[in-house]
Amino acid sequence: MDTIFALATAPGRAAIAIIRLSGPASRDLLKELCGRVLPPPRKAALRRLRAAGGATLDEAVVLWLPGPGSYTGEDSAELHLHGGAAVVAGVGEALATLGARPAEPGEFTRRAVLNGRMDLTAAEGVIDLIEAETAMQARQALALAGGGLTALCAEWAARLTGLLARQEALIEFEDEGLPGSLEAEVARATAALAAEMTDRLLADEGGERVRAGLDVAILGAPNAGKSSLLNALVGREAAIVSARAGTTRDIVEARIVLAGLPAVLADTAGLREAGDEIEAEGVRRALHRGEAADIVLAVLPCGAPPDEATLALIGRRNCLIVASKADLGGPIPPGALAVSARTGDGIAVLRARLEEEAVRLAPASGAALLARPRHRAAVRDALRWLGEAEAAPLPELRADALREALRALGRLTGRVDAEAVLDRVFAEFCIGK
Amino acid sequence: MGCAFDVVVVGGGHAGAEAAAAAARCGARTLLLTHRADRLGEMSCNPAVGGVGKGHLVREVDALDGLMGRAADAAGIHFKLLNRSKGPAVRGPRAQADRALYRTAIQDLLRATPNLTIQEGAAEGLERARDGGIAAVLTGEGERIGCGALVVTAGTFLRGEIHLGPERLPAGRHGDPASVGLALALAALDLPVCRLKTGTPPRLDGRTIDWAGIDAQPGDDPPEPLSWMTERITNPQVVCGITATTPETHALIRASLDRAPIYTGQIQGAGPRYCPSIEDKVVRFAERDRHQIFLEPEGIDDPTVYPNGISTSLPRDVQEAVIASIPGLERARILRHGYAIEYDHLDPRALRPSLEVRSVPRLFLAGQVNGTTGYEEAAAQGLLAGVNAAHRASGGTEPRVLLRTEAYAGVLVDDLVTQGVTEPYRMLTARAEHRLRLRADNAGLRLTERGLAWGCVGPERAARHRAFAAAIRDALARARAETATPAALAAAGLPVNQDGVPRTVLEVMALPAAGAPALEQAFPWLRDLAPGVRAQLETEALYAPYLARQAAEFAALEREERLRIPEDVDFAAIAGLSTEMRQRLSAARPATLGAAGRVPGVTPAALVALAGHLRRGASPARAGVA
Repeated sequence: MDTIFALATAPGRAAIAIIRLSGPASRDLLKELCGRVLPPPRKAALRRLRAAGGATLDEAVVLWLPGPGSYTGEDSAELHLHGGAAVVAGVGEALATLGARPAEPGEFTRRAVLNGRMDLTAAEGVIDLIEAETAMQARQALALAGGGLTALCAEWAARLTGLLARQEALIEFEDEGLPGSLEAEVARATAALAAEMTDRLLADEGGERVRAGLDVAILGAPNAGKSSLLNALVGREAAIVSARAGTTRDIVEARIVLAGLPAVLADTAGLREAGDEIEAEGVRRALHRGEAADIVLAVLPCGAPPDEATLALIGRRNCLIVASKADLGGPIPPGALAVSARTGDGIAVLRARLEEEAVRLAPASGAALLARPRHRAAVRDALRWLGEAEAAPLPELRADALREALRALGRLTGRVDAEAVLDRVFAEFCIGK
Repeated sequence: MGCAFDVVVVGGGHAGAEAAAAAARCGARTLLLTHRADRLGEMSCNPAVGGVGKGHLVREVDALDGLMGRAADAAGIHFKLLNRSKGPAVRGPRAQADRALYRTAIQDLLRATPNLTIQEGAAEGLERARDGGIAAVLTGEGERIGCGALVVTAGTFLRGEIHLGPERLPAGRHGDPASVGLALALAALDLPVCRLKTGTPPRLDGRTIDWAGIDAQPGDDPPEPLSWMTERITNPQVVCGITATTPETHALIRASLDRAPIYTGQIQGAGPRYCPSIEDKVVRFAERDRHQIFLEPEGIDDPTVYPNGISTSLPRDVQEAVIASIPGLERARILRHGYAIEYDHLDPRALRPSLEVRSVPRLFLAGQVNGTTGYEEAAAQGLLAGVNAAHRASGGTEPRVLLRTEAYAGVLVDDLVTQGVTEPYRMLTARAEHRLRLRADNAGLRLTERGLAWGCVGPERAARHRAFAAAIRDALARARAETATPAALAAAGLPVNQDGVPRTVLEVMALPAAGAPALEQAFPWLRDLAPGVRAQLETEALYAPYLARQAAEFAALEREERLRIPEDVDFAAIAGLSTEMRQRLSAARPATLGAAGRVPGVTPAALVALAGHLRRGASPARAGVA
């Protein structure tokens, strides 16, 4: 059995962040982090947490909760850390280095249920399940996602059940005088359903952003003031700022919260003809990061002619132009937001623009139905089988592919069994000699 | 125990005949107790065996050395492989039989079975041992027959009631008395009972049908036998006809609904959806103005014709008018009117997967009494009940079961004992998750070896099977191991991507464009394979890519199937189960976690609780936790 950990409090800015730990190695991990002295069971104790290399991670309140009297029934611990992404990330990394792994959604509850620590009626809706892939899995995902997903997937499943019923009728009742157009109808409806599911999947990509966090990349010429901008946005010294061009050679990341959404700000190497191989790699990475980012901040310093590499970014999807070093004066490029990291002028406006963009990119989580990776995976799986169905050279293969698609959706809606399919067959067709 | 017989089988229908023969083949001293020995092998309904799904079951019964396939081949007068244009997995062999020849064939096979005694008589009572299990059968003649295990195949004889318009009369199969004594004896066991309904069409005198005005439907030439042991079909073959109802027929029926027992409330039991009566079809599918009717001769020397598609319990005069309204049947004479029959069946959820009644040790139930319909479904259950009864009588405890992943017979029994029935249960290929694997063409490869282990397969089939299975194994191994380069394949006229990746023979055979001549040029050894072996190879090649893609899904299912739920588990004592879930699970008593998932209405949360409970039971180290 793995030892697992997870952030038990909401991610983002907070005074305290709690990491929970559960599994057989909890005792050893805790000892390792706390410098070999285990706190007394079930008593809060202040401990300095250190990484394997000896670096201090945080000063934290630690609880040692030996099994079986814990939430999961296993040896467990809680680490009450100072809030802040960097601390949480650091402790998480230290735990992972020591052999623990991040918990799956609902895994603590699942362990509690399996160990008889929790009444199922209490756990229903949160359990993420036994290893088996089938009906048992993921119906609880519905409760988490709310009624919208239920309705949507139920509608897809119902249509798919109808398609499968028609296909099965063609197989079981060849000599019953079924309508000749049935086969073509099934093919047409399969394609239509697949198209609809694909559209929905694409439309709901924003939902995934809500979970994973926005990626914001700061790009511009060397010494354009990118690192200063990052620090100004974050409100601390995250990046080294120097007047020397090319100081930032690799990507520096800092976490911020934009309109309640987690985001990663990435400061990148300045875009120019590189002086050496390391810098060239930095530039390559910067451009790559820009490609993948949800929002790009193209930084053009006031008082200097705009460079070609940065101008090339402008006009691309989700690009905001920032005129930096506004305190130096000089012309401001059209459409740009003037900011000064030194005086703080314009930073609040830029932040507000970023928050607007964030909200636009990641719609309120209620609107995105297929937000969780597992939902998307189930729908993608179903789509893959619909593709198989469209390509299938034989009726029984088409039926099998439709059945697999239905089974994939069943991971969200619950198992659709043969009886439900047969119900549709007999309701729709006059079968029986 | 000092019993006269190890196994007694009550009932001589298709389930009873297979049960008795299977128990005897397994070496049990077996008695078959039946009302009339001359009616063994009677086809009481449509004189046909097999079809899609049903043909699969016949092949499985045959693979375990049962009787049905061989009898159908000996009696068959019209053979057809259904779904011929579709893939081999869903092709279903079917034969129409001469009723008299079928009876003769079954009776001959039974008489030739060692260890088997046939006795006429009625079972009127059951004697129970101290453990509550079966000790003996008491006959109507007052005889006490001690036995190690009892198989009851009562068909529709339990409180059977025939409806023909307003007429109602107690009966089992047509012309046979209902089994009152046995019904009472079973009622005393306090087993859960439900009521079902089925029906038959009027029988016609073929000499009064205007065949000239009817479309002819010949059988396949050459016919494909149902039994793997049959070399050749020798009976002369007949031609069937197809006609259809007319708007006039429908108007007649609509005008008579106030006299139709299924609409007046006279009939309560649920009928099969796939075999509705003609009055039901006319009402439910009002937009249709014609329904097909297959005219099936019942025998070579028998003028009786079975008009398949117009099962009915309408009054006699309406039946006569309905027949006269159908093209080709204007002057047809009814030999016997159609009727509906209501009967009791026992809720099969009271059974173990071995078909033994959970609450009555050594009592096995098989066939229509378990809520199924069809000769094939009955035969498959009969065979499995016979094997298990023989095993039980010899002291065996581990049930002899086929899994859903192995056989349609396994799907059938699992559906019955975990889900129960709401209508007469009929096999359909859509019920089998593993349809691409469970084919009529590979039943022997799937099951004969198992039958040998169980002892129900005789030496003749064993020898043939082993030679065939070895040939397949070798051919498959070679086809999976031997490869050819794209260049070599192109030279042989087999177009593949010239990517330099060698292809196995099996992969090449799966290519849609791979014709036999080109294949044989590339791999000359294919030419030397026996046709049966070559066909298996081609089918494997056809489905292999699809089976590979389903492998992960099936592995997950298989894991659930293998997680056994102990027989003595107390569902009421499992934490986290709601009262409703406890009731549902206690009623079905699923044998595995997979089966629990198929119990209607059982929620995933209940499955998790159950799985957790099983886990804790399996690892005592955690016992202190709960």
